[in-house]
Amino acid sequence: MATQTLDTKGLNCPLPILKAKKALGGLSTGDTLEVLSTDPGAVKDFEAFCRQTGNELLESNEDSGVYSFLIKHTA
Amino acid sequence: MTDAAVTEETLTNHKSMSLIVTKGTLDWGYPPFILATTAAAMGLKVSMFFTFYGLNLLHKNLDLGISTLGNPGMKMPMMGMHMGMPNMMGMIPGVDGMATGMMKNLIKKKGVASIEDLREAAVESDVGMIACQMTMDLFEYEMKDLIEGPELGGAATYIETATKSDINLFI
Repeated sequence: MATQTLDTKGLNCPLPILKAKKALGGLSTGDTLEVLSTDPGAVKDFEAFCRQTGNELLESNEDSGVYSFLIKHTA
Repeated sequence: MTDAAVTEETLTNHKSMSLIVTKGTLDWGYPPFILATTAAAMGLKVSMFFTFYGLNLLHKNLDLGISTLGNPGMKMPMMGMHMGMPNMMGMIPGVDGMATGMMKNLIKKKGVASIEDLREAAVESDVGMIACQMTMDLFEYEMKDLIEGPELGGAATYIETATKSDINLFI
């Protein structure tokens, strides 16, 4: 169970990333953030975002058009 | 070095990006603000240099439009297909206004942020903004016409920033 869930469904690039960044800022190290998105571009974007910022992308899933990303706040 | 300093060190990504923003239309206002806000979210230090029509994007009250003229790449989804506008159409009064309205509707419908929102996000994430002094003089703009935050500068200011940046873009 993620510490916090962020719903960005319906929002387009770059809003899911910007909102995720903001949400991560409010979490403590070790907390997890689940991001929900309907933007197919977010799959590669969250991989790149996590690689660049040092946060850990624990899971990346898709279920009937909704993408979910589980990010561990490590940085 | 204390633990806090080490953490601070790992938190800070030392990469940086500079952008020259030269266009002031509703469509071309997007790339610089999308890239600036995303780069800032990814830990980069970002600096934007607004020159010529790009300066439009810093005005307190944005009144951005698009033009169908000379833009064969612009094909709007309409009636189940994609329709371009012949240049002739753009000369008819009201057509550009209509195209701008259509673009704004699409932006809303597709969950794309407004330029105002992206600009606010850029200011909030400490993106540096420099307004070109020469353009301010040329088009008779004053600092009071612009949002809070931008500083005045010229070519040398940009070049110095560019020499220290990992990414330099001209948009």
